[in-house]
Amino acid sequence: MQILKILFKNAFRHKLRTGLTILSITIALLAFGLLRTVVNAWYAGVEASSAYRLVTRNAVSIIFSLPLSYKDRIRQVEGVSEVSWGNWFGGIYIDEKNFFANFAVDAKTYFDLYREYAIPDDQKIAFFRDRKGFVAGRKLARRFGWKIGDTIVLKGTIYPGNWEFVLRGIYRGREPNADETVFMFHWDYLNESLKKTAPTRADQVGFYMIGIQDPARAISVSGNIDGLFKNSFAETITETEKAFTLGFVAMSDTIITAIELVSFVVIIIILAVVANTVGMSVRERTNEYAVFKTLGFGGWRIAGLILGESIVITMMGCAVGIAATFPAATAFAAAMGAYFPVFKVEPATIWLDIVFSLSVGILAAIIPVYRTLKVKIADGLRMIE
Amino acid sequence: MDSGIIVSINGLNKSYHRGDQTIPVLNDISFDIAEGEFLALMGPSGSGKSTLLNLIAGIDQPDSGSIIIGGVDVTTLSETELAGWRALNVGFIFQFYNLIPVLTAFENVELPLILTPLSRAERKAHVEMALKVVGLADRMDHYPGQLSGGQEQRVAIARAIVTDPTILVADEPTGDLDRISAEEIMDLMDRLNQESKKTIIMVTHDPRAARKAHVIRHLDKGILTNADSQNTL
Repeated sequence: MQILKILFKNAFRHKLRTGLTILSITIALLAFGLLRTVVNAWYAGVEASSAYRLVTRNAVSIIFSLPLSYKDRIRQVEGVSEVSWGNWFGGIYIDEKNFFANFAVDAKTYFDLYREYAIPDDQKIAFFRDRKGFVAGRKLARRFGWKIGDTIVLKGTIYPGNWEFVLRGIYRGREPNADETVFMFHWDYLNESLKKTAPTRADQVGFYMIGIQDPARAISVSGNIDGLFKNSFAETITETEKAFTLGFVAMSDTIITAIELVSFVVIIIILAVVANTVGMSVRERTNEYAVFKTLGFGGWRIAGLILGESIVITMMGCAVGIAATFPAATAFAAAMGAYFPVFKVEPATIWLDIVFSLSVGILAAIIPVYRTLKVKIADGLRMIE
Repeated sequence: MDSGIIVSINGLNKSYHRGDQTIPVLNDISFDIAEGEFLALMGPSGSGKSTLLNLIAGIDQPDSGSIIIGGVDVTTLSETELAGWRALNVGFIFQFYNLIPVLTAFENVELPLILTPLSRAERKAHVEMALKVVGLADRMDHYPGQLSGGQEQRVAIARAIVTDPTILVADEPTGDLDRISAEEIMDLMDRLNQESKKTIIMVTHDPRAARKAHVIRHLDKGILTNADSQNTL
């Protein structure tokens, strides 16, 4: 008979109680896993950002534009290799609930700069040739069932009117954390339309995306770019793409902190639940542990039996919890994909699940072990279950 | 220690503390137990007989005095050393059997052998032999709940003898059994004493059980009262 067999038999002596405890751990770890994945999804854009790219925006706010003419001056800054530009379009597809990110971009320079987006050459050429063409991420096209050649109408919110586009390409990410839910069309199409309908808004860009030769020189290149436009009517702020993305994430900082806090509170709650179960089980068996002691089981062996039982319970809950996290995350991603383009359970989350479960198993057993070892054998033998 | 003496108790004192009060339980106890002896400790409730048994078995420590068993003064051993010593030298038989309910008869008897370096096959052979000795070879896969009280106690005896300990200690082994089962258990213990020359130290209230013992020692208020210890029951 192996000790492991005793641990399992002891753990499932009260099947309902142990089952409910395992269920609690499962739900807690499921909640923990999903909350951690939400936090990770929030930072996915940060993780995906390149050290070789800078972003320049209006120093007052991102909502104010910059002149198109800046592109030529930026291009001349030492260390700059490529310059692209774009505008947040903010169009609505049929209904507001169909939210997805849509940008007007300078197509050629954009795809030179964002090489992590892979698009078949024939589709890229077709997109470049069609002024009304657009490309969509693989997930976005799948979400709405779009096929190459489909005509899509977006209702403009920042730029009023109904805007018609034709799907010319579907891109996929070369990296696992690449956003595959973005809608991109020609900035020229937007600009030419504005020249007719709102000339004062033409030749203005929302932000510049700048490729640099050496990430180590990002700070000096940023300083040089911003220096060019000092004391102009549209001063700039240039920062690394990572810092720029983090700036957006920081707007939700309090919510993220709250989510992180809740995810750890869940672990503390489950510690109390497991400690209660193990404590009750061990207290009920004080007499049996006294018998084990009389048979020659020393302190370490008794501690091992209690600790092992606690770990068996938590690790079973952990295994079920981890197994349940993946389908739950898939379902969550399907429902919330528009807001979390990259929603996948990270290996680090699974490791945290395992580490926390082990820790809960060990911590929950400490007091029962201490109490059991403190009970004198003669006193323990007198206790009848 | 004289040859043939397996247990030698000298000047044993034990008291319990309750608050500021000190309650003496055993007072200057001295006697020897010969190897292969079947000793019954008798006395009224609270006389200290179970305490004395616990001290001999190494599950409690005296205030003073010595208990030398097989040449080892168990009063000088640490908790860890005592645990190891008990595993090799003491077989316990309890009033309420104290079997682990989630383990089969086989697994209960195997428990003390887990602490030994025996292989699985060797453990199996020892357990089967012990269960055969107590007449329960055909019940080894039964759980305690599926056995009668007498059968449970026999499993407990198999567990006590499976490591071939130096002494067997029994605390009211028939206290929870009907008369017939009690007689069967006492016959079994007698057989173990006669055939296997096991030294048995038994606490009992039951004169019928005590009849099987070679020697009876009476305790009253922590003092050994009978100088002549031969069984006259």
